[in-house]
Amino acid sequence: MLGLEDAGGMTTAARSLRQSMARLHTWTGLVFGWVLYAMFLTGAVSYFREEISQWMRPEVPALAQLPDAAVSAALAVASLQGLAPGASQWVIDLADERRNVVAASWRAGAGAGDGRAMLDPLSGKPLHARETTGGEFFYYFHFSLHYLPRVAARWLVGLATMFMLVAIVSGVITHKKIFTNFFTFRPGKGARSWLDAHNMLSVWALPFHLLITYTGLIALMTLYMPWGLDSAPDAAQARQSLRAEMTALMPPATPRGTAAPLPDVGAMVREAERRWGIGSVARLVVDHPGDAASRVKVARSEASRVSVSPRYLAFEGPQGSLRQVKDHSGPAAETRGVLYGLHMARFAGITVRWLYVIASLAGAAMVATGLVLWTVKRRARRGDPERAPAGRRWVERLNVAAIAGLPVAMAAFLWGNRLLPVALADRREWEIHLFFAVWALMLFHAGARPVQRAWTEQFGAAAVLCAALPLWNICVGGRHLFASIRAADWVYAGIESALLAAAALLAAMAMKTARRAGT
Amino acid sequence: MRATRGAVWRARGPLLSRIAAAVFGGYALAVLTSVATLALPMGTVEAVLTGMQASFVVYAAAVIWVFAARSARRAWLGLALAALPLLAAACWVWRMPAA
Repeated sequence: MLGLEDAGGMTTAARSLRQSMARLHTWTGLVFGWVLYAMFLTGAVSYFREEISQWMRPEVPALAQLPDAAVSAALAVASLQGLAPGASQWVIDLADERRNVVAASWRAGAGAGDGRAMLDPLSGKPLHARETTGGEFFYYFHFSLHYLPRVAARWLVGLATMFMLVAIVSGVITHKKIFTNFFTFRPGKGARSWLDAHNMLSVWALPFHLLITYTGLIALMTLYMPWGLDSAPDAAQARQSLRAEMTALMPPATPRGTAAPLPDVGAMVREAERRWGIGSVARLVVDHPGDAASRVKVARSEASRVSVSPRYLAFEGPQGSLRQVKDHSGPAAETRGVLYGLHMARFAGITVRWLYVIASLAGAAMVATGLVLWTVKRRARRGDPERAPAGRRWVERLNVAAIAGLPVAMAAFLWGNRLLPVALADRREWEIHLFFAVWALMLFHAGARPVQRAWTEQFGAAAVLCAALPLWNICVGGRHLFASIRAADWVYAGIESALLAAAALLAAMAMKTARRAGT
Repeated sequence: MRATRGAVWRARGPLLSRIAAAVFGGYALAVLTSVATLALPMGTVEAVLTGMQASFVVYAAAVIWVFAARSARRAWLGLALAALPLLAAACWVWRMPAA
């Protein structure tokens, strides 16, 4: 990149192409680096969103054994008859290896508003746990941020993603020595080392970065690129059909108006399991549960297939007769299903899931090293850091708050889950406010302290906050690390071990930055 | 003073022009792609999905082209050339009667 690589032996045209690509890469990287880093880091932990949610609801016990799906579904339906009898639609997400509750939600109907409840998979009874957004917070922040209007936030994220795609391609063009980069790391040499680290991280996980960036755009493509759909000759109909190719969750049709009991959903789940196998049903969508025109969709789990294209059986009427078998998608729809599936990794078992996390962390580290490189190179060129131009000083401090401050805020979010009073009004919101308050505090801290100290202190704070969570749980008793291991509760034990591993990683960063500050 | 400002604009102008070509020109080309695919002989939903998924590849390629071109003028010219056939197909789509 810019002046650091020799361009000897190249034609002028090739050199100028590489130079303009380098410039493009540097500036787009800087502008969107902070957003991309946050997206990578919160995206990485989102691969364990269900597990984080479990950890954030300590009142709900681990599932020793998965209940029979048909029984669990029937119990949930019985419970919903009492909770939301007038709703126009129920959505029931069954428990699985990663989720220890049945998540039910409903859409407004006669005499009922929208609502949601967590149900016990074994009894169908509503569960009561502390109010929390759980791992969903990181997941939604990853592509919708927070506080901003949803559409604006998603456009911002999309723009950053598009720039990432351009940065990847232009980065590849910039690096003529892409295979050498694979193995080159020369530590302790200032900008040279940062560049090597940046290159190494980028090239190692390059296929993943390309995949995750492109599929990220695919995930929200109806927002970013609605023009083809709007231009269809029959746009309203096309929109309906398009949605049907993307999800089993469609708005309910009009009811008939005559009451009729809902047929046995357990039998429907059994029919689905007969076709797809035991444990293959993930969700039930019940339209107009008390009406003669009721319709029950039994949707197939995404855990055992890569594609997330909808697959379901639809049963209709009081007899519950099978009316539709959705088991096929067109080539373009299936391509989208596979691409989206590769982004979400719902198919992934524990090993592949961890590989996704590690690759995402490598992505975050790639963006972070790129951001640091920007300042280090300019410092090397201009000398004295105290007399640096205002722009660069701002970038340096924003780097600290964005890179080291985010893990502090994420750990604070988990602490909020444990420390905020259970009876607090709007507790769910306060956990999130705490996250942003701590992040803002980190920005203030980065502005007030010498830059190198700020790095060390923030990484150190994040390490302490992460490591202290499992310790706190041991002190207050209940479901702590050792108890979880003894009870073979691997979700709980896994989260707490991961916190300790994160603490070790963050502590290593703190020590590394401390050593640099000392020299 | 005025001369200095003029010089700054002469230096920055082509760069700003390229940025505009990349961000807006690239998006416009992607939009045209996503509409033009509806002219392909396939079902509407399949065509819409194909166009959406292809559009981001086109966008990325357009941005790379804009910064790889020898001058800002050539960058715009390249975009316009690529847009022509897409625009023709898109016009045909826009004039299709509702089925």
